[in-house]
Amino acid sequence: MSAATTTVSADARPLGRALTANRLPKWAPAAVAAGSIALGCGIGAVGGLASHLQWGLISAILFVAIGYALSARVEGRRQAKDRLATSVVWVAFILAVVPLVALTFYTIQQGADVVNGYFLSHSMKGVLASGPGGGIYHALIGTLEQVGLATATAAPVGLLTAVYLVEYGRGRLAKTVTFFVDVMTGVPSIVAGLFILSLWNLALGFNYSGFSGSLALAILMMPVVVRSTEEMLKLVPNELREASYALGVPKWKTILRIVLPTAIGGITTGVMLSVARITGETAPVMMLVFGADYINSNPFDGPQQSLPMYIWQQYSVVNNDYGYARAWGAALVLIAFVMGLNLIARGIARWRSPKGGH
Amino acid sequence: MTSSPPAAPRGRVGRQRDSRVGDKIFMNLARGSGILLLVVMAAIAGFLAWRSGLALSKNDGHFLTTFEWAPDAPKPVFGIAVLAFGTIVSAIIAMAIAVPVAIGIALFISHYAPRKIAQPFAYLVDLLAAVPSIVYGLWGALFLVPHMDGLTSWLNQYLGWTYIFDQTKTGTVPRNLFTVGILLAIMILPIITAVSREVFRQVPRMHEEAALALGATRWEMIRTAVLPFGRPGIISASMLGLGRALGETIAVAVVLSSNSVLSLHILDPGGGTFAQNIALKFAEAGNNGRNALMASGLVLFVITLLVNGAARLIVARRKEYSGAAA
Amino acid sequence: MAKRIDVSGLSAYYGSTKAIEDISMSIEPRSVTAFIGPSGCGKSTFLRTLNRMHEVIPGARVEGKVLLDDENLYASSVDPVAVRRSVGMVFQRPNPFPTMSIYDNVVAGLKLAGVRKKVVLDEVVERSLKGANLWKEVHNRLNKPGAGLSGGQQQRLCIARAIAVEPQVLLMDEPCSALDPISTLAIEDLIGELKSQFTIVIVTHNMQQAARVSDRTAFFNLAGVGQPGRLIELDDTQRIFSNPSVQATEDYISGRFG
Repeated sequence: MSAATTTVSADARPLGRALTANRLPKWAPAAVAAGSIALGCGIGAVGGLASHLQWGLISAILFVAIGYALSARVEGRRQAKDRLATSVVWVAFILAVVPLVALTFYTIQQGADVVNGYFLSHSMKGVLASGPGGGIYHALIGTLEQVGLATATAAPVGLLTAVYLVEYGRGRLAKTVTFFVDVMTGVPSIVAGLFILSLWNLALGFNYSGFSGSLALAILMMPVVVRSTEEMLKLVPNELREASYALGVPKWKTILRIVLPTAIGGITTGVMLSVARITGETAPVMMLVFGADYINSNPFDGPQQSLPMYIWQQYSVVNNDYGYARAWGAALVLIAFVMGLNLIARGIARWRSPKGGH
Repeated sequence: MTSSPPAAPRGRVGRQRDSRVGDKIFMNLARGSGILLLVVMAAIAGFLAWRSGLALSKNDGHFLTTFEWAPDAPKPVFGIAVLAFGTIVSAIIAMAIAVPVAIGIALFISHYAPRKIAQPFAYLVDLLAAVPSIVYGLWGALFLVPHMDGLTSWLNQYLGWTYIFDQTKTGTVPRNLFTVGILLAIMILPIITAVSREVFRQVPRMHEEAALALGATRWEMIRTAVLPFGRPGIISASMLGLGRALGETIAVAVVLSSNSVLSLHILDPGGGTFAQNIALKFAEAGNNGRNALMASGLVLFVITLLVNGAARLIVARRKEYSGAAA
Repeated sequence: MAKRIDVSGLSAYYGSTKAIEDISMSIEPRSVTAFIGPSGCGKSTFLRTLNRMHEVIPGARVEGKVLLDDENLYASSVDPVAVRRSVGMVFQRPNPFPTMSIYDNVVAGLKLAGVRKKVVLDEVVERSLKGANLWKEVHNRLNKPGAGLSGGQQQRLCIARAIAVEPQVLLMDEPCSALDPISTLAIEDLIGELKSQFTIVIVTHNMQQAARVSDRTAFFNLAGVGQPGRLIELDDTQRIFSNPSVQATEDYISGRFG
C-alpha cells in the first residue's frame, strides 16, 4: 500500500479529488469464487479431508480472503472493505442454502422409497417393529384429529381475543393481554405439555388421550392466531366500520358482518400457518398422547399416535434401518403436509389480501 | 343490516335495546377470551410452581448445584446444574453462528441479491421456518452427525489448545453440545432472518441515499444508515431465536447423547438441556420424578419468559423511537 | 474548487422506461442554476444523474456524457463513490441520520473517508455549521440527536453535512419543499452565500424561488404522459422570466399550465 503507484486510491488522499480509481473487472468476484472452490476442493482432496463440509469451509474462507487481498492491492482499503462485506454476505447466503437444500433433498431422497399406498393406509398393528413393513395410517388419523381439536379450541378463542384487542381493547387489560400474548408465543412446547399434564392428567385425573395432547397444542396455537388476526383486523379500513355505524348497525353486527368478512382471507392464512406450526410439534404430544401401534380413532379415550411422535419412536425406540426408513417416510409426509398448508395459506393471503395488492 | 326502514318508534327502541344487549354479550365474549389467555399463562406458572414445590421439598440435593438427576431414588437427589449449563452453552453456540449468518442473509435479501433471486429466496427461508423440529432432529442425527466427524477432529487438532475444542475422548460419535449448537443455529436461522429482513427493508430510503450521496460505498452505507437503524430489530429478532433455541426439545433429544457431566469440552458427548431432559426422563419418571421435571420446566419457562419479554420491550421502545424520528 | 459541468446527449432510464431524453447543457461554476418544469418532466432524475445517484435505483441506467471539468463521470474507470464525494447532494426531505448526533452527522462523510483526528473534525464541524448558518443555533448542543432539530434546521444540518466533505458541486433537490416560509428564506439566503464557493444546481417547484436564487434557469418539459422529459431551454434567469425564447416556457411561467 505504501507504494507511490497507489496515489489514485482513496486512502492516499482522504478527500482526494480523483474521480477515477483502479477497479477490478466485473468478472473478478466470479473468478475468485471459482478459483477458491477449485483450490478448496484441491486442498480437501489432497489433505484427505473426509467431510465435504470442510471442503466448503476452506473454499469459503479462501474466497473471502483472496477477494479482500486482491481488492486491497488494486482498489484500496475502502473498496476492499466493501468487497469483503459483499463476499461475506454471499457466503452467508450459501451457508444458509447448503443445510436447507441438504435437509430437503435428504428427506425426499430417503422418504420417497418408503411412501406408497400401503404405507399410507396401514398401521403398525401386528408389525414387528424391528422388521420391515407397517405404515403411518394410525399416526395420520391421530395427527388430524389432535390438530383438528386443537384448532377448534384455539381458533375461536384466538379470534375473539384479537377482536377484543382491536375493536374494544383500551386501557390496562388490553395492554396486559397484548404483552402476554407476545410472551406466550415464546412458551416452549414442552412447558405447555407439562402444564396440561399437571392440570388435566394429574390434577383432574384424566388419562392419556389425543384430546389432552390437543389441549397443549391449543395453548401453543392461540397466541399465533391472536397475533396474525390482530394484524389483519388492523388492516380493515376504519371507513368501513364508520359507514356501517352510520347506517345504524350495532357494533357487534358490524364486526361480524363487515370487519371479519373483509379480513377473512388474512385470518384464514394466519390460522393455517399456526396449524402448520403445531402439526409438527412432538414434545407435548409425546407426553400426553402416549403413542400407540394400532388405530384409535377416538381422540377422547386412550392413547393415540401422531406423525411427529411416530418419527421419534421409529428413530429412537426401533433404532435400526427399518425404523429409520419408516421415520423418513413419515417425515416426508409431515413436511409435505406442513409445506402444503403453508403454500395454500400464502396463496389465500395473496388472493384475498385486504390491501388488494402484493 | 336488516332491510326494514325505520318505522314505528316502538320498533326502533326495541332494536336499540337488542343491539345494546348484543353488543354487551359480544364484547364480554371477546374480553373473556382475552382474560382466558391471561388465566392460562397464570395457570401455567401456578401449576408448575405448585408441583415444583412438592418436588423441591423432598430434594436431598441442591436444586441449583447438584449434577445428578435421580428424583425417584429412595432419597431423591436432583439438580439443574448440568441442564442449565447445557442449555446455555448450546444456545450460545447457536446464537454465535446464527445471528451473524442471519444478518448476512437478511442483508443479502434486502440489499445485495438481484431482485430475481431475493424474492423467491426470502419465500424459501420463510417456508423453512415451518419445517417441524422432529425433521430437523432426524436429519441432524442421521445426516449432520456423521458429517460433523471431520470438522470435529479438525477443531480438536488445530484449536484443541483452547480447552473448549479439546476432545478428551477421541473416536466418539459427535453427539455433543457443539453439534447441538449447530443444529439449533440452522433451526433458528429462518426466524432471525425473517425479522431482521423486515427491519432492514423498513430503513427509509432517504437515509440510505444520504449516505450514498456523501460518497459511501455500499458497505459504508449499510454501516452508517442500515445497521444503526435496524439494531433494535436485530436484537429483538435474536431474542426470539434465543427463546426458540432455549426451549427446543425434540431435536436436541434426538441428537445429543446425554449424561450428567458438566464439561466445557464441548466436543465431548454428554451434558443435557432442560427440554431434552424432560422429554427423555418423562416416560420412566415416577411421581416425584414428574414433579422434579416440572420444577426444571418452570425454570425454563421463566427463562424464556424473561427473554421474550425483553425482546418485546425492545421492539416497543423501537416503535416510539422511530415514531419520534420520522 | 468549484467546477463546471458539461452534459451532452444524456438519457436516463428506469428499467425500459425512458425518463429523460437527449439532454445537453453547460452549468457554470460559482453560480446557481435552477431547474424548473412541471411534475414528471425529469428534472429530479436529471439532477441525480449529475452525481450518479440515479443508478442507485434498481434497474436504472444512463446513456450519454457528463463532464466535470473535462472528466467524464460515466467513463468506465470512474468510481461512482468518488463522484459522489465531489458532487454533494441535499434532498427534498431533510434526512439527517436519526441515530447520530449533530456533530456525527456533520462529520459522517469525513469519517467515511477515514479522517479520525479530533482537531480536524472539530474544525470542520465549526466551519461547516457556520457555512450552513446553523452554528449559532446548535453550537452548545452538538451532541444532541440531529433528528431533534426543527425541519429547517435539519435541512441546514444536511447542507452542512454535504459541504463538510468540500465537494465541488452541490446538488439540491427541492430543498425547501418540506419547509415553512421562514426556514425557506433562511435556506435561500444560504444558497446565495454558498455560490461563492460551490457550483450549485437546484431543482425547484417554486418559480419565485428560482427567480430569487438562481443566476441561470433551465426549463424542462415533457411532450405528454409517459413521454420522456426534455430540456426546453436554458438561459439567464432574468431572460427566462422576462423574455423567454420558447413559447412553452412562457406559458409555464405565466401559469398557463403545469
